[in-house]
Amino acid sequence: MRELSLHIMDIIENSINADATLIELYIEEDTSKNIFIIKIKDNGRGIDEEMLKNITDPFVTSRTTRRVGLGLSLFESTCLRCNGNLKVYSKVNVGTEVVATMEHDNIDRPPLGKIEETVVSVLLNPKIDLVYEHIYNGKKFILDSREIKKILGSDEINSPEVLLWIKDFIKENLNEISGGAF
Amino acid sequence: MKTLQELEEIRKRTLDRVNQRKDRTTTRIVVGMATCGIAAGARPVLLAIMEEVEKLGLTDVVVAQTGCIGLCKMEPIVEVIKPGEEKVTYVKMDAEKARRIVREHVKDGKVVEEYTMHVIQGKILNDYKVEKE
Repeated sequence: MRELSLHIMDIIENSINADATLIELYIEEDTSKNIFIIKIKDNGRGIDEEMLKNITDPFVTSRTTRRVGLGLSLFESTCLRCNGNLKVYSKVNVGTEVVATMEHDNIDRPPLGKIEETVVSVLLNPKIDLVYEHIYNGKKFILDSREIKKILGSDEINSPEVLLWIKDFIKENLNEISGGAF
Repeated sequence: MKTLQELEEIRKRTLDRVNQRKDRTTTRIVVGMATCGIAAGARPVLLAIMEEVEKLGLTDVVVAQTGCIGLCKMEPIVEVIKPGEEKVTYVKMDAEKARRIVREHVKDGKVVEEYTMHVIQGKILNDYKVEKE
């Protein structure tokens, strides 16, 4: 994947397929500590212990269309390449959390990319709520789809007009907290 | 800078639209968004579709995403499902092609044949020229 935001989208797709209704995306960048952390937490059906042991093995998958699943293994290899790691915590019927860490200044670290597009494409699913928290050197931005639904007075936030607005909203705010680093 | 208060205006504006949509039969545009689709560039395709739908002011259209459609080498894949018509599968999409599909197929009702999936001698192809030859 060329962008971390594409990895994120891929992992969130797993959450959606696991019937999650709430997804929490947490991104923390700290350039002085040289860390880039991505956490994706859901309340989906979870992964049983047996499968969890080898979850980043490309030949471990729950999909039925074929026997290969590349999402987590691709993300893990990106993390390892950037002197970091990928951890998956899960409990059946409770949810799953994926935690990816990387060196911020590693030359192999892909750019975050268009995270706003990833968020918007997740919000296309009307049944899913997303909390997106991004911290850049201590400055914080939070987007909560439940809050947006409340303001709009409707659960139908998946119209292009609203989603494109959210996209620009995220982009401007990320620019603000990062001082134009995005 | 944008603030959440702006959503209030959008709410007022879109309220009528949502009501309109419920009375009609809706066209669905579905984009494949599994690992294969994402890696092949499905996200810009999805965004282009949303932008074009918004630009043209199409109200009776739902943009949605799905998992792996099962034809990874042909990704990004876009399906257009019009009420009462057969589903049309477009393959090897990009943002520009996707915009054309929204304009010509979704809005004007004319299928963009050259981007559709073709089965020739049991092989799934997308190359329109091959079929002509």
